[in-house]
Amino acid sequence: MDKSEKKTTTRRDFLFTTSYTVGAVGLGAVIWPLIDQMNPDKAQKALATTEVDISQIEPGKSITVLWRGKPVFLKRRTQEEILEARSVSLTDLPHPEKDEERVKSGKDEWLVMLGVCTHLGCVPLSNKGDYKGWFCPCHGSHYDLSGRIRKGPAPKNMEIPKYEFVDANTIKIG
Amino acid sequence: MSEKEYVPKSKAGKWFNDRLPLLSLASHLTDYPTPKNLNYWWTFGGILTFCLLTQIITGIVLAMHYVAHADLAFASVEHIMRDVNYGWLIRYIHSNGASMFFLAVYIHIFRSLFYGSYKSPREIIWIIGLMIYLLMMAAAFMGYVLPWGQMSFWGATVITNLFSAIPLVGDSITTWLWGAYSVDNPTLTRFFSLHYLIPFLILGLVVLHIWALHIPGNNNPVGIDIKKPSKDTVPFHPYITIKDAFALLLFSIIFAGFVFFAPNVLGHSDNYIQANPMVTPAHIVPEWYLLPFYAILRSVPDKLGGVILMFGAIFILFVLPWLDTSKVRSSVYRPIYRQFFWILIVDVLVLGYVGAMPAEGIYLVLARVGTVYYFLHFIVILPVVGYFEKTEPVPLSISEPVLSGSADYSMAKKDNEKI
Repeated sequence: MDKSEKKTTTRRDFLFTTSYTVGAVGLGAVIWPLIDQMNPDKAQKALATTEVDISQIEPGKSITVLWRGKPVFLKRRTQEEILEARSVSLTDLPHPEKDEERVKSGKDEWLVMLGVCTHLGCVPLSNKGDYKGWFCPCHGSHYDLSGRIRKGPAPKNMEIPKYEFVDANTIKIG
Repeated sequence: MSEKEYVPKSKAGKWFNDRLPLLSLASHLTDYPTPKNLNYWWTFGGILTFCLLTQIITGIVLAMHYVAHADLAFASVEHIMRDVNYGWLIRYIHSNGASMFFLAVYIHIFRSLFYGSYKSPREIIWIIGLMIYLLMMAAAFMGYVLPWGQMSFWGATVITNLFSAIPLVGDSITTWLWGAYSVDNPTLTRFFSLHYLIPFLILGLVVLHIWALHIPGNNNPVGIDIKKPSKDTVPFHPYITIKDAFALLLFSIIFAGFVFFAPNVLGHSDNYIQANPMVTPAHIVPEWYLLPFYAILRSVPDKLGGVILMFGAIFILFVLPWLDTSKVRSSVYRPIYRQFFWILIVDVLVLGYVGAMPAEGIYLVLARVGTVYYFLHFIVILPVVGYFEKTEPVPLSISEPVLSGSADYSMAKKDNEKI
């Protein structure tokens, strides 16, 4: 490349490159609000917590509440159910998690989890399936007494939301 | 494109046409030379145009009465059914119209598969057609959500959750699609907006589809290139217009049969229950026209794998013109491919059937066999058959089999052999 050719191409290249760069940044700045407006808005985010009274739930029973538009299962497990959930070997689990990791220590009887199948989002039915836990009727996923996936197309255990015990009879989800 | 330069007769016409050649366009469309041997499988382009316009017109009317809000949508649809003058008729035309649209588009697609209409030089027509088909599926899916019944809600949940299978960003994309933490009011309002938009995108693609068609001209049942205009062609009007009109009449009878005598037979009764995020219906099924893909999704025991295969089943059609290695277009002269064509039809019907059944036992086995065969057809059978098949002699012109005394292709073949 001789000197004069290099000079002319460099100047043009610089102008083109800077123009395209500034143009691309400008375009991106215009497009981003149009994309981000589809994310959850302030009103949706405001629905972030729900308090639930659990004083009426007998051992072995469960209730379902709505949190952020999704059902949350609150199950008060019996001692036998807890023992059964803890007797499972981690190697038998597609998504290995100990039952202890899925409940609050000292509150082992309370299983609080999103009642949403991790396959495609249906609500599983309780006390159904091959593992006495939950069964999703949509595509046949079986969950155990800890809400862990055991059989079927779902890839993960049912999700544990952020929650805390406000007092002995109240759980705050979110 | 016009074969001979068109000049309007009137002075005003000429003045206008010099400035915007709409009259030249009309003349081109009227005189457009069309193969004279087009059979009734070629009438579905016109029928599909009718379906699109029907959906747009009834949709605009329904939007005047429908309310896109999670608390009001279900009641507003019942309001349309009970209170709005002829609301029941317009809604039933719109909901059954979607099914009729897909019925016609499937016939149109399989006609193209049988007669090799997707092959060179018509690849772009084929690809634009597939884009229309994808948009149709998107429009139909979103439209089905709008009544906010149980199937609407849970269908939307299952389909949007497909995107959560994408590694790393899946959950963010799903939340972005929802505009909430589950399918909710923001999801409904954006689906309504897009459902209104898509038909007009389709309309634009239809224009491109026809434009691309008018460059090489129609394929035909014999599948050979023809000179146009020649003794092998007839002008589009009145020959094709009257044939299309007759086919449309028969199609409308079937359409009206559904609308007036069995308006809910293709729907699902659970959709007359208002959406309830706490309870999933025992048996979720998509509309009939999506069942084969649903069967493919469920046949894979892995979430991401199922989603990839389901979308793959559609996207593989985009490269079909390059997978098919045969030089001969029409299956009439392809004795081996012709048989695989019918097996594919049976395969897709079986997939559709098992898609409506529970994903267990024999149905799961059938779905897996059907899925494997579907991909085998396109990836292996199509390229291999093209290489090894001994095709039958193809006539030199459309007129040949006719002029040699019979329209029967086997007769034409015998004549060929004598020569």
